[in-house]
Amino acid sequence: MNITLFDTIFYLLAFLTLGSAAIMVFSKNVIYSAVGLLFTFFGVAGIYVLLAADFVAVVQVLVYVGGILILLLFGVMLSNKITNIEITTETLHFLPASLVVIGIFVVLYRVFITTDWNPVGSYNFDPTTHEIGTLLMTDYLIPFEIASILLLGALIGAAYIARKD
Amino acid sequence: MILPILNSEITFLQFLPFDLPEPLISIIFLLIGASIIAVVASVLALVGVYLERKISAHMQDRLGPMEVGPHGIAQTFADAIKLLIKEDIVPQDADKLLHFIAPVMVFAATLAAFAVLPFSKTLVVSDLNIGLLYIIAISSFVVIGAILAGWASNNKWSLLGGMRSAAQIVSFEIPASLAVLSVIMIVGSMNLGDIVEYQKGGFFNWIIFKYFPFNFIAFIIYFIASLAEVNRAPFDLPEAESELIAGFHTEYSGMKWAMFFLAEYANMFLVGVVASTLFLGGWSSPFGDFLNSGPFPVFWIFIKSFSLIFVQIWIRWTLPRVRVDQLMYVSWKVLTPFAFVAILGVGIWMVL
Amino acid sequence: MLSNFGSILFFLIFGAVFVCVNILLSRLLQTRNPYPVKLSVYECGELPEGNSWIQFNIRFYVIALIFLIFEVEIVFLFPWAVVFKDLGMFAFVEMLIFVGILLVGLAYVWAKGDLEWDKPEQVPSPELYRTDNVNSAVKITESVAS
Repeated sequence: MNITLFDTIFYLLAFLTLGSAAIMVFSKNVIYSAVGLLFTFFGVAGIYVLLAADFVAVVQVLVYVGGILILLLFGVMLSNKITNIEITTETLHFLPASLVVIGIFVVLYRVFITTDWNPVGSYNFDPTTHEIGTLLMTDYLIPFEIASILLLGALIGAAYIARKD
Repeated sequence: MILPILNSEITFLQFLPFDLPEPLISIIFLLIGASIIAVVASVLALVGVYLERKISAHMQDRLGPMEVGPHGIAQTFADAIKLLIKEDIVPQDADKLLHFIAPVMVFAATLAAFAVLPFSKTLVVSDLNIGLLYIIAISSFVVIGAILAGWASNNKWSLLGGMRSAAQIVSFEIPASLAVLSVIMIVGSMNLGDIVEYQKGGFFNWIIFKYFPFNFIAFIIYFIASLAEVNRAPFDLPEAESELIAGFHTEYSGMKWAMFFLAEYANMFLVGVVASTLFLGGWSSPFGDFLNSGPFPVFWIFIKSFSLIFVQIWIRWTLPRVRVDQLMYVSWKVLTPFAFVAILGVGIWMVL
Repeated sequence: MLSNFGSILFFLIFGAVFVCVNILLSRLLQTRNPYPVKLSVYECGELPEGNSWIQFNIRFYVIALIFLIFEVEIVFLFPWAVVFKDLGMFAFVEMLIFVGILLVGLAYVWAKGDLEWDKPEQVPSPELYRTDNVNSAVKITESVAS
């Protein structure tokens, strides 16, 4: 078997992603879950790089680590109402949760086996930002503008809900 | 020079089988390059600490450190050795694992940001095409590190300092990113090398003087926001010693504390280099082709960034600390609108 | 491009190892003499009162939320800025619409006061502290007493 450095890095990143995701799910401490999530995001960003999506990889770190994770941590600090009990998670509603998970798995697996995968032998690692910018300004103009309305709605909604305490 | 070789023809992480020697060679080159950058970053941080103490002393009509070496020049090295042999105290109730991870995360992210900085045409480790966005992205690890350090210490001041630090950095990330956008609009690239190439040929080509005064405004906004992002006075609320003791590193001592300190001063240098690369021509000479070869690019980038560091220190010892509400006011209601104005101004000027 | 990201990954790992080696080195060199008081959390010299993992002000959360929205907006603006020189007027107008819609959001949170941090209580006006007017000083004492 001929394992290249590329493959090694891929498996290491996949291991990092799945391992930290497992820590995130099974940890009893919410902060440990958040750290696990951090490494999951980082691993996913690494896999994006291996898929030649440089812009998406950096945005993954910027938005998920720099935005959503901080929001989650602030949320944890905020919601901890009882001061003398450590921040912990508990497993509730085991049965419905597993039903939902199995359902999602079946759907994803069906998509996975029915999709006509079109494997690319080797892809060129060109910078993608310029292309993304051009496509956003031409072919995907309407989604681009709709995204701003979506963001506006999210901003106003979030501010409104947060204000009501 | 090792780094030019590093940059030119290294094929690290290609589809190469393991038994070929190239990956190993490139790893060795990278190891050397990373060590050089790490040592340079540490030495720069030590120089920064010395400058801070000396400049602040002279501003207050004092002498500052004078005992170790001529004019106390070896003082910070003596301090580094002292920190190395100091006892590392971890509080009983602290979360020991996260208490350890936080400084590692902060320092590693700071060092990783140095990888894309161009010190000359060839003296750049990773000539990333989205280098600017990458620097903004990697600094989010520093925010997470601060929150984790604050939380893991199980100290009220630490946690409050970490939270304040995070809220402050994210608030100022918006005007900083917007200020940077006008540079990208003009150059049409996020590669730091391309941005410097665009400004070559003398100081009148620097982006700060382009489309006056909009880019000048953008530069001022970036500078103010970067002060806040590296927790410098007048925005050093996370470490406001009169109310929060030392902020998120109250419970840190010895080498772990030294790592936070090192990262802080390395960050100061980092924003200095980024600001001079974006607005002040980076490593290119201010006099066209005059003195723009050999070791001079490195000289110019150091001169420019140390001038900015001097201004940072000057501001710290001149202005009083702002309040939290004033901080948020500056970020959201002053800098962000002005950054939009700068972008619009540059945009209108460019399309007309 | 891949090699560039490779070196960055390498730098991250190197930085982490660098810190670990430094901490380990200092572990070997230092003298350790822990005792309970030294290991207690610093709280201005008093005994620590309760746990520090407390509930935080909602302001932090709101700021993070607003930040996240603007962050996503800026992520959209970066590829736009890169192609702006090539596309010119057309791209500029598109961006104006995009940013204009979001500026409505900024104006909304601004007008509704979500960007305000809790201000400290209003202190008495400095006029009351003037020492050249004995009567006002008396007035202050009276007002404080009442």
